[in-house]
Amino acid sequence: MNQLLNHYSAEVQRILAKYPPEYKRSAVMPLLYLAQRAEGYVAKQALEDIAEIVEISTTEVSSIVGFYTLYYDQPAGRYRIQVCTDLPCALRGADRFLHELCERLGIEEGATTPDGLFTVEAVKCLAACHRAPMFQVQGDGDIAYHEDQTVELTLAWMDEVRARVAQEKEAK
Amino acid sequence: MAKEVTLTIDGKSVTVPAGTLVVDAAKRIGIDIPVFCYHPKMEPVGMCRMCLVEIGRPVIDRATGQVVLDESGKTKMQFGPKLETSCTTPVSEGMAVVTNSAKAVDGRREIIEFILTSHPLDCPICDKGGECPLQNLTMAHGPGESRFLIDEKMKLAKHVPLGELIILDRERCIQCARCVRFQSDIAGDPVIAFNHRGRALEIVTHSEPGFDSYFSGNTTDICPVGALTTADFRFGARPWEQKPAASLCSHCPVGCNMTYNVRREAASGGKLVIKRAMPRQNEQVNEIWMCDKGRFAYHYAESSERLSKPLVRKGGELVEVEWDEALNAAAEGLRGAGQVLALAGGRLPNEDLFALGKLGKPVLYTHHGGGDLVAQVGLGPDSNLGDLGKGSVILVIASDLHEEAPIWWLRLKAAAKRGAHLIVAGARPTRLEEYAAQVIRYRYGEEIAVLHPFLDGSDADFANAENVVIFYGNEGLDLAGSSALAQACAELLVQTNHTGRANNGLVGVWANANAQGAWELGFRPSADLAAELAEAGAVYIAAADPAGDDPALAAALDKARFVVVQELFLTETAARAAVVLPVQANLEREGTYVSGERRVQRFYPVIYPPEGTRPDFEIIAQVGALIDVPVEGRAVSLLFTKLAAELKPFNGLTYQALAQRVEQWPQVGRADLYYGGTSYDNKLGLGVQLPAAGWQGGAAEQSRIAAVPQLGEQEVWLVPVTRLYDNGQTVKHSKLLDQRRAVPTLSLHPDTAAKLGLEVGARVTVDDAALAVVLDATVPASVGLVPRSTGVPSSAPRAVKLHRVAETAR
Amino acid sequence: MSEHFLLRHRDIPGIDRLDVYRRHGGFETIKKVLTTMQPSQVLNEVKASGLRGRGGAGFPTGIKWSFLPDNLWPHYVVCNADESEPGTFKDREIMESNPFQFLEGLMIAAYAVQAKVAYVYLRGEFWQVANFLDEKITEMEAAGLLGDNLFGTQTSIRLYTHLGAGAYICGEETALLESLEGKLGQPRLRPPFPAVYGLYGKPTVVNNVETLTNLPPILEKGAAWYKSLGTEKSPGVKIFSLSGNVQRPGNYELPLGATFRELIYTHGGGLAEGRKVKAILPAGASSSIVSVDDDKVLDTPMDYESVAAIGSQLGSASVIVCDDTVNMAWLVEKTVNFFKHESCGKCTPCREGTFWMNRIAGRISSGKGTSADIDLLEDVARQIAGKCLCALGEFSVMAVQTGIAQFRSDFEEKVHSHTTERV
Ligand SMILES: Cc1cc2nc3c(=O)[nH]c(=O)nc-3n(C[C@H](O)[C@H](O)[C@H](O)COP(=O)(O)O)c2cc1C
Ligand code: SF4
Ligand code: FES
Repeated sequence: MNQLLNHYSAEVQRILAKYPPEYKRSAVMPLLYLAQRAEGYVAKQALEDIAEIVEISTTEVSSIVGFYTLYYDQPAGRYRIQVCTDLPCALRGADRFLHELCERLGIEEGATTPDGLFTVEAVKCLAACHRAPMFQVQGDGDIAYHEDQTVELTLAWMDEVRARVAQEKEAK
Repeated sequence: MAKEVTLTIDGKSVTVPAGTLVVDAAKRIGIDIPVFCYHPKMEPVGMCRMCLVEIGRPVIDRATGQVVLDESGKTKMQFGPKLETSCTTPVSEGMAVVTNSAKAVDGRREIIEFILTSHPLDCPICDKGGECPLQNLTMAHGPGESRFLIDEKMKLAKHVPLGELIILDRERCIQCARCVRFQSDIAGDPVIAFNHRGRALEIVTHSEPGFDSYFSGNTTDICPVGALTTADFRFGARPWEQKPAASLCSHCPVGCNMTYNVRREAASGGKLVIKRAMPRQNEQVNEIWMCDKGRFAYHYAESSERLSKPLVRKGGELVEVEWDEALNAAAEGLRGAGQVLALAGGRLPNEDLFALGKLGKPVLYTHHGGGDLVAQVGLGPDSNLGDLGKGSVILVIASDLHEEAPIWWLRLKAAAKRGAHLIVAGARPTRLEEYAAQVIRYRYGEEIAVLHPFLDGSDADFANAENVVIFYGNEGLDLAGSSALAQACAELLVQTNHTGRANNGLVGVWANANAQGAWELGFRPSADLAAELAEAGAVYIAAADPAGDDPALAAALDKARFVVVQELFLTETAARAAVVLPVQANLEREGTYVSGERRVQRFYPVIYPPEGTRPDFEIIAQVGALIDVPVEGRAVSLLFTKLAAELKPFNGLTYQALAQRVEQWPQVGRADLYYGGTSYDNKLGLGVQLPAAGWQGGAAEQSRIAAVPQLGEQEVWLVPVTRLYDNGQTVKHSKLLDQRRAVPTLSLHPDTAAKLGLEVGARVTVDDAALAVVLDATVPASVGLVPRSTGVPSSAPRAVKLHRVAETAR
Repeated sequence: MSEHFLLRHRDIPGIDRLDVYRRHGGFETIKKVLTTMQPSQVLNEVKASGLRGRGGAGFPTGIKWSFLPDNLWPHYVVCNADESEPGTFKDREIMESNPFQFLEGLMIAAYAVQAKVAYVYLRGEFWQVANFLDEKITEMEAAGLLGDNLFGTQTSIRLYTHLGAGAYICGEETALLESLEGKLGQPRLRPPFPAVYGLYGKPTVVNNVETLTNLPPILEKGAAWYKSLGTEKSPGVKIFSLSGNVQRPGNYELPLGATFRELIYTHGGGLAEGRKVKAILPAGASSSIVSVDDDKVLDTPMDYESVAAIGSQLGSASVIVCDDTVNMAWLVEKTVNFFKHESCGKCTPCREGTFWMNRIAGRISSGKGTSADIDLLEDVARQIAGKCLCALGEFSVMAVQTGIAQFRSDFEEKVHSHTTERV
């Protein structure tokens, strides 16, 4: 059974409707975002589901996951904090920001906080060079920008998220 | 005719059709521009940048449209600032290509250096070493030393099985994408792809089983480095230790031309051992491809279960005896036995069939009729599926070509891409339909009606076609039914005048490599083989195992008065014989086959036969001599000479003619190994197509297609279907294919299964065979598909009652 | 500050709302275009305006449109909103703050080439921007501004967004099309160009967000008006994305031909106290580095020709400013690392060359290199140049070659120090 289709049938149809019916393959990228929404990564089953929907091989779908940096085939922290350390941001102290943030969190760059909530990574230019240091957060099916950051601001935001997640848990 | 274009390459003038790529034009005058990603069988992609050259074009005056001349009156040439890829640039009039300037030479050295920065220097242990384009090109064009720090090299996995047949060495891959493009563009199985990007690109597969394609082995030939190797050959031998031996594939009617690589091995007592099987270029037959069955199944010849001593039944037991005794026993049994039935399977070569026919009534062991009609209206000489394109209609009916004749499947798919109007008619979907312009679905039993619109002219594409080729199989049909289908197809071709010419005619999709040869030589199937076997004075069987296929035939054989069997293995049939004579495999001797396209082709000895075996024809001649039936047995070539003199379509043919060599394009192998991949050189002949005999009218009177009867309670209409990897004598001994061979299953439509109260995995018995139920929505209603060679007698479709096997407590 | 034609939200707050946009003349231009002009007239007007593509290459927009064959259908328009060049952040501001003008421009382009469907390909990180545009598109549909029989004519136009997923190469137009077709974002062979063989093999116009946003004012006010702005060969206004060591980084809409000095000092607030400009990358990480060894360099007008004349490129006008504390070997390592990360891997020189350059530049920048490494880096860059399948590979050597040529001492300093510290 196609779980993706079952779960998000309206959304899948809406995505497919964007493209000519004979070029279903165009839907592979939006469908991958859909598949990634819940777990933060694309599981093998989802590859197969998408392959079936857009009528290409599972291997071809997996190759799309591998090529593009915003898709993941492995789970990580629920929120990926992706700090731009590219040239323009670096000229405004992004490397130092990332370094200090990791130090304060006690993790290596690329690693996940012990609570499994945040993975901190360096990425390339995010088109926010004038508001460095900045990072984007990938998680919960969204990508949000956090600009003009300081380590303190970031840590405060992380605390907020932790609190919210804790609350959610309790609510359950 | 395409327009011709004249250009110069390194000062030499060459004229080629417009649209030719510079790299191919250079090839025509013997200039080898090195390539990695370019492959003459695939669309150019310009990725590797190895083929960089300087290209100049005449300066054209915009106002007048005339070429501009310089002071000395010569055409003024304009060279671009950059080197250009000759694999992506089509020729143009007056172009000047320079491959040997300092700039071009430097450019190539620099590209090689880039490739080598992350390529391991493991040539001494690499399977490709010795025939490696990268190795050769590094020698010819590369830098002398490395400027890359050795400890900064990529270290990647060197043993990555993409499945049990193909192994990847990630370090060696140079990302040319030949394999990926072959799989998606040519094989239609995009089951391998690149993962990641940039320098991290790697080949992966997620198919199950891994690298799930019948054509996977071809990627190891076209891989320009040692990144992809077959499990068969990997670490098996070095290319230079091996000798090439030309052969033919013996598994299906396509007749792929092959090269086996052999060497003498101490471990095998100094005997020649096959190290690998590869295609041999024949543009008319298999181009440069072959399927994995042909590539991997040959191990049957090495099986320890081969018969090597004659056997004679003594006191109910078969016991080993010397040849003389066995031959005498055979002769004695035949002498005065009355009518001898000479029963042959379609894998017996022509010469042996010819000899066998002298011993008795020639009977072909098959339930696929119509080869006599193919002999009349088959493809005319000079046919080439590679020529079919716009203006051609190809009809495939009652056959699953992907399973039955994979290279035909590949070539028809390509023909459809070139614009041929491909019509696929079947009772169930098959993989060729994806590429068809028209799909016709019929119910088993209603095959003939499919042809009506073509006959009465109501199908415009068919009526206007310049060429028509019909491939007919026998899925869902018995002997009478397939004969009737052949008859109807032949009549259609005759009435629309599509016979006897090149690229027109009827093709039978036979189960064996030389079935068409048997028909041409006068062998005919029996309408009631069981009765004939039971009643014959004596039965002389070669290359057939009726008892193994069908208990009814086994019972009939038990009744036969005297049975002689020539075989490779102790089959069910052999086990019932009075005399069993061990024969040689086609790999061990010479002979000829007639392909489904009626091309007579030679095969040659590849390895030495096991001691104690003899070729079929020789045994037949020796038996013949004892019973005063003179048969030529001194040499296979002499038999062919006789055969060619005696049989009309073969008149004038000689072994020399079959071995003729004609230059083939594209050139892919040879000294410049890098062009297409591993050597495909065809030094031993392309074969000759037989002329069609001409329409003489109807075959078997009684042939007709029986309607599917009313089915009773718990009954299905059981249809045997072909799976490429069957359990035949020449397949099942290859361990490599173990995981992919057909298993006993019964495929049912989910609705049919529900009606029968069966679920996936339920076990049912049909006759004595236990089958696991598989659900498949493509199976027609009330039909059960069973793979041939998995234990259920599969001579003809029939109604069977299913019995559920009670679950044993686990 | 003079009136903005592209960043109009800076003059008119709330212009991202449909009612506000319409109150300020929004969608009047497309209405005029659809009801009173032939597609060819639109095309000619744009040609006459001299508008050049703002995506980087600066190719005249009207001429590009005119390449679409009229015997192959359908035609497509694809907007390049991939904006991934380090230092570029202008398209994002347009889409976030002045979305309707952009979408109106996209409609004008679609009408001009008679495309019924247009896609906006956004970089994956613009997730929220895409959602925002989707909302705007829905509003337009609801208001009858998109769909069939627009303004009572036979014309129908549909717009869709499509998100990429983190690949700079997808800004290259053929890679973008491959990606939009659901394949790996690797460039195609050219020719054939997208104008002939584009999306789904059909004639396709690929235009940048900013390019398209120029269309409503051009069609509203006319080509002659547009030509009165900017320079003769580079007419019109341009958004300059200013980043790096300046006080007020940000987007500035100025006529083409404004000088670096004006951008950096008048608008960007100059550099930090006591610092001076050492180098400028006018076209992001892909630029040849402009060495500001002579103060007069700052007076260079920023138009396509003048920047080319000083050995660099205007590109998409992402002006990265480096002050005199920046070591160019460090900078080159940053750019090379970017290109190594973004190389699609399709062609050998870029795939292997950026990998190799990254190793060498890393060695130098971390103080582990030797003088010979500087020569090697220069040579590898030379060896890549001119051999790649697409421009990404060619871009990757720009900073390397111009950096070493003009700032060799920075590299020497690195190989002779053995510290790993920086900034
Ligand atoms: C590596 C590379 C990256 C590019 N990135 C972008 C981009 O992010 N946005 C863009 O509009 N054009 C980009 N371009 C230019 C496009 O290929 C193309 O020229 C442009 O979209 C055309 O639109 P225009 O004529 O409106 O400028 C890039 C080109 C290359 C070679
Ligand atoms: S230059 Fe080559 S490897 Fe680099 S991005 Fe372009 S095609 Fe890909
Ligand atoms: S680029 Fe021409 S052979 Fe690879």
